[in-house]
Amino acid sequence: MTPEAAALPWIVVVPVCLLLLIGAGLTLVGAFGLLRLNSFYARVHAPTLGTSYGMGCILLASMLFFSALGTRLVIHEIAIGAFVILTTPVTLMLVARAAMHRDRLEGQRGVPQAARPD
Amino acid sequence: MTRLLPHPLISLGILLLWLLLNQTLAPGPALVGVAVALFGGWTLALLDQGRPRLRRPGLMLRLAGQVLLDIAQSNLTVARIILGRRANSSAGFIHIPLALRDPQALAVLAAILTATPGSAWVEYDAEAGWLLLHVLDLDDEEVWIRLVKDRYERPLLEIFA
Repeated sequence: MTPEAAALPWIVVVPVCLLLLIGAGLTLVGAFGLLRLNSFYARVHAPTLGTSYGMGCILLASMLFFSALGTRLVIHEIAIGAFVILTTPVTLMLVARAAMHRDRLEGQRGVPQAARPD
Repeated sequence: MTRLLPHPLISLGILLLWLLLNQTLAPGPALVGVAVALFGGWTLALLDQGRPRLRRPGLMLRLAGQVLLDIAQSNLTVARIILGRRANSSAGFIHIPLALRDPQALAVLAAILTATPGSAWVEYDAEAGWLLLHVLDLDDEEVWIRLVKDRYERPLLEIFA
């Protein structure tokens, strides 16, 4: 830890640590979900823990920490958040659709044949 | 106005994002940002998606707040499912009939549902308006259908009216 960071008051340090721990914890649980869940479509849900509040908490911690350290408002993390929020759904949908296409071609059971119910 | 700035809000958003990324308000980078913002607006105009007519800003804010709360709650739910003993018991697909037809409103709905852990947009039948959704805890189909229709679709129908 740099001396500047060590000199930060506890009123900043405690929330930053809590936010970092919660964010990292959620992301870890999401990664663990990739191991634990057994179907492809169920696994799609796991990483969204990291891309929603996991990311949110870590970015918030970063904003707080660097704003307090530089004694000026540091908010370009908002841009990171915006990019992740915009790109994640597209990626997840693409991946899920590709899996669905392959499963239908291979005639897998338990996969709906169309968005319309049979 | 319309020629130079076909999408004023989008252009403003791009400019703000540019300034945020450069972390400066100096005239040089700001000028480049204005150029990028204008080009962004023109490109979108060329794609010719039409400009969505958004109504009821108050409802938009309320929906955004609701989504933030719901995502927080489903973060906890999904974390509990992953760490719990019966991780793989109740995942499944549901078919939901949608009344929403506006492509941009559907995009917002898709982003909300996919960003929420526990539900993922898989497929949409544009002709009949059926949505195929995959959910991680499918205990009661009716609850999920009501959730999507009442909580998200209804406000979106009013906002994109």
